[in-house]
Amino acid sequence: MKRLIEKLAPWLLFAAAIGAWEITVRVREIAPYILPAPSVIAATAISDWPLLWAALLVTLRTTFLALLMASFGGLALALLFARWRWVERSLFPFAVVLQVTPIIAIAPLLLVYLETDAAVLTCAFIVAFFPVLSNSVLGLRSVDRNLVELYELYGASRWQQLRLLRLPAALPYFLGGLRIGGGLALIGAIVAEIAAGSAGKGAGLAFRIIEAAYRLNVPRMFAALALISLTGIAIYVTFSLVSRLLLARWHESEI
Amino acid sequence: MGADVSPSLVTLRAVSKTFQTGTRALDNLNLDVRPGEFLTLLGPSGCGKSTALRIIAGLMAPTSGQVEWGGVKPELGFVFQDPTLMPWASVEDNIWLPLRLRGQSKAQARKRIDEALALVGLSRFGGAFPRELSGGMKMRVSIARALVTRPAILLLDEPFAALDEITRFRLNDDLLALQKELAATIVFVTHSVFESVYLSSRICVFTNRPGRVTQEIVVDAPTRDSDFRASALFGQTCQQASAALERAYGLEGAI
Repeated sequence: MKRLIEKLAPWLLFAAAIGAWEITVRVREIAPYILPAPSVIAATAISDWPLLWAALLVTLRTTFLALLMASFGGLALALLFARWRWVERSLFPFAVVLQVTPIIAIAPLLLVYLETDAAVLTCAFIVAFFPVLSNSVLGLRSVDRNLVELYELYGASRWQQLRLLRLPAALPYFLGGLRIGGGLALIGAIVAEIAAGSAGKGAGLAFRIIEAAYRLNVPRMFAALALISLTGIAIYVTFSLVSRLLLARWHESEI
Repeated sequence: MGADVSPSLVTLRAVSKTFQTGTRALDNLNLDVRPGEFLTLLGPSGCGKSTALRIIAGLMAPTSGQVEWGGVKPELGFVFQDPTLMPWASVEDNIWLPLRLRGQSKAQARKRIDEALALVGLSRFGGAFPRELSGGMKMRVSIARALVTRPAILLLDEPFAALDEITRFRLNDDLLALQKELAATIVFVTHSVFESVYLSSRICVFTNRPGRVTQEIVVDAPTRDSDFRASALFGQTCQQASAALERAYGLEGAI
């Protein structure tokens, strides 16, 4: 019984919060353009679905494209870093500068130089790139010294060492980077969409929020916001599952 | 000048090793390993005996001096202090590794893998992952991996130091049985006087760093079992080895 309560507690709390919200709005008769009730937001999400769905697809496309580029780019650069220290010393400062400069400050400049789509994609890529890179470098460096010696003892080629030893050893770190990078890619995409403020067929969820704000369509703002949150959660859960699937039998983090 | 007709499997001649840090690990070490013997390098921690083993294995080059093999350099097996297994690979795949690195498919290596598993008594655990095994079992896998290439000489670097005494005794007996069965030459590094006397046909006592051989003790016992452990010869030899160790420490005034 106690365990059942423990299991249900988070869900009950969530339901209670939504319920309190709904009741407060109804009892105090708060106008929907100030604070819409959850039921109104849900109804809006359904009625505006064609619009929101199209916007979601745009944002998702940006996010996953950025994440894909960040995964390959981050891993490729990490391999170079792990192989040659001087490459790391030369290039790492650039990566750090990009990482510590807020993306919202870089976005306007990118929008000057690039087409809107490309600029948004680049922003999402920049923020997702760093965690993948730094985690992969850490992973590639965390190989058991003795195992490296063992490979040398049996005359392993560089390629064999990479494929059979370094990449598997780096996998848990890489997946950790991907999990962080996935969430950041979404944030980067949203931030860049807001900075771009572009309308038309290529409009993402963030633009729909701004647009709805101008029109004081607060329920739609909330509906779009909920969709962004759900997307973020879905990305995180997906990568957690992938991570569990790949590491379940051997890595401490998933045992 | 080729006039040397010593029957040694391998000879270290005036080998010295100074690390980049300036630490002198070995100083003018002379050592020969004879075919079929169980040779133990006994000495205090950090005396350079592991360095000597690594130099024999070719994992490290001496700063000066020579490593001379009696004929063609034979097949080597090396067992580290830690099991040094790949946690992402099954027991079989770990054992397959030395053959895999030489281009053998798992099917080609199958017979050898099963043989090695049987030699260490782990036939039923081929599909298990390292984390599912006890410390002693992991060490057996490590030994099986070293045996899979059918080495003529097996080098073991304090392999049982981290195990509890009962497991260590068992593995000691298993190692002796293995040596008998395979007719292999073994070079064993340990800081345990009892272990060295129980296992070895010959013990080389090392001085404190920089290491040299200060005394050679031949253990002339036909059988190794609990009776041997209780015998007068065992006690005397242990005393002899302990005294040699103390002198080795004393020379350096390091106690």
